[in-house]
Amino acid sequence: MKEIAPELRLRLYETMLRIRRFEEETGALFAAGELPGFVHLSIGQEAVPTGICAALGHEDTITATHRGHGHIIAKGADLGRMMAELMGKRTGYGAGKGGSMHIFSVDLGVLGANGILGAGQPIAVGAGLSAKLQGSDRVSVTFFGEGASAQGGVHEAMNLAAVWKLPVVFVAEINGYAELTPYQYHVSVPSMVDRAGGYGIPAVSVDGNDVEAVYEAAVEGVARARSGGGPVLIEARTTRWHGHFEGDRQLYRPAEELESLADHDPLTRQADRLVAAGLLGEEGLNVLERRVVEEVAEAVAFGRGSPEAAPEDALLHVYASEGAGAAGAAEVTR
Amino acid sequence: MKYHAAMREALRCELERDPAVFFMGEDVGLPGGIFAQSRGLYEEFGAERVRDTPAGELGFMGAAVGAALTGSRPVVEISFADFFMTCIDQLVNQAAKIRYMSGGQAKVPLTVITFGGAGRNAGPQHSGSYEAWLGSVPGLRVVMPSTPHDVQGLLKAAIRSDDPTIVILNKALLGIADDSEPGVEPIPFGKAVVRREGEHVTIVAWSAMVQTALEAADILAAEDGVSCEVIDLRSIQPLDGELLGASARKTGRVVTVQETVTFAGIGAEVAAEVSRRAFGWLDAPVQIVGPPFTPVPFAPAMEGFVLPGVGSIVGAVREIL
Repeated sequence: MKEIAPELRLRLYETMLRIRRFEEETGALFAAGELPGFVHLSIGQEAVPTGICAALGHEDTITATHRGHGHIIAKGADLGRMMAELMGKRTGYGAGKGGSMHIFSVDLGVLGANGILGAGQPIAVGAGLSAKLQGSDRVSVTFFGEGASAQGGVHEAMNLAAVWKLPVVFVAEINGYAELTPYQYHVSVPSMVDRAGGYGIPAVSVDGNDVEAVYEAAVEGVARARSGGGPVLIEARTTRWHGHFEGDRQLYRPAEELESLADHDPLTRQADRLVAAGLLGEEGLNVLERRVVEEVAEAVAFGRGSPEAAPEDALLHVYASEGAGAAGAAEVTR
Repeated sequence: MKYHAAMREALRCELERDPAVFFMGEDVGLPGGIFAQSRGLYEEFGAERVRDTPAGELGFMGAAVGAALTGSRPVVEISFADFFMTCIDQLVNQAAKIRYMSGGQAKVPLTVITFGGAGRNAGPQHSGSYEAWLGSVPGLRVVMPSTPHDVQGLLKAAIRSDDPTIVILNKALLGIADDSEPGVEPIPFGKAVVRREGEHVTIVAWSAMVQTALEAADILAAEDGVSCEVIDLRSIQPLDGELLGASARKTGRVVTVQETVTFAGIGAEVAAEVSRRAFGWLDAPVQIVGPPFTPVPFAPAMEGFVLPGVGSIVGAVREIL
């Protein structure tokens, strides 16, 4: 494996920092009652989407999970439009119709975060199928956790991708929990690598808190998929710091596990590495910090300053083709 | 042309006209389909575009959604409508909602062909009709052609539409033929058609029940001197409320007939449309004819008992005259 270029090592850190600060702000806004609904934060898991997406091109596609802010930011999302969506504003990625769990961007190749566990994997197989049929070298990446690994759709997707030899990269982002239940209570094998073997899919397990390790595995897996080698699976074992949702008190987690979360911090790890390599000093870290904090503050300001979705906007975007979708009855009664 | 050949003809036409179109499902490629409905397409268009899938509807329905999101126009066959239950998430939570959740950015030009309906002793898990379920999902279109001509026209319209569309064919109609030729133009969604003009009673039907309704109309004309207008809905979502209202205002009496149980069924929607649009013209309450509230049984005698036949339609009309 070639050494990672210094500017990319810095960018990996900056992307993780962007995800971290965006999500911390999201958590704070949620606690303050400024965000409707509920949110799932991926704090502690930033190295996984960052390392994977750094190996992708603009045309490549991803499907994200319900805990998907990080995936989408790593694919290049505009923080302002994301925050606006979380606030239910008209300028959000989904014009306020999707919210946190459904951020979608055609331009960025984000084929949706998804509120349904295990739904993104068949969709990603379809994106890989399109690429093959169109003679494109696009690669389709799909993130899922151990919770989703219990869904039939994930298994069907792995089988299909393998049978059809499609350019799909399955990323098993293992954070220790399926919602509130620990891994060992619902997965019968020690690693998702074992699952991939059942479908004849080559797989590797990496330290999901080491962004450079994730990146290196991604480069290899993406290259294999892109060159017609068929699907691969990358298991990245990471750590979820927050609860399943904001407000989850995590009484089900051992105290010592909660106390030692920061030991696994992918940001600290990468920052230490950059400092040790002489790529960044205290001052450089501060500059990055200020830049990202400012970017997040601008995103919040953009969201707050954006127009509310009008109630009747609820009627838009049900169908692409002409004509009301609803039966004529609705037209008469309205 | 025969009913199943019309499906093949529409597919051939669309595969030829648009390289983004491809067709996949269980046994549709090399074997040519369980009803021979796709015979020859594999040879003509190849294994990439006429694609055999594993028997896992959830996986390939999801793959179709993903393909539709990335520049392809997939046509998927779910061989029996009852199998929708294994992939309903991809239809309802994904295909139907993605455009909406994305704020109009994405489109899902997905066509699903399936065979529904009873009358072939296929048993409770191969005989169901689910148009009421699917028709109640915002984002989906649902059409149900009753003639070979309409199979061609509605299937072409579905494939050219940018919205996910379910084309429900009926197993009981597989043997029928009409004088249609290749080259039928796409039929716009939401347009019902009058199959027989009449003065005294409107009978509303769709799919296999259209033929039954026409036979009932013949009997009523011959034995009772009653002139029935028979409307074929063709499109379930959207529903042609306008034509229903106009016909009800003319005849003052409406009977609807369906293969599905009547509770929360399409007949209830027909009745609602008619009462909203023609209440003052009605001489009798709308009659909804359908099977009793049971699954479709296997044994021929029982299946024949639950399915609405000519007799039950004639009876319902006589009741409101």
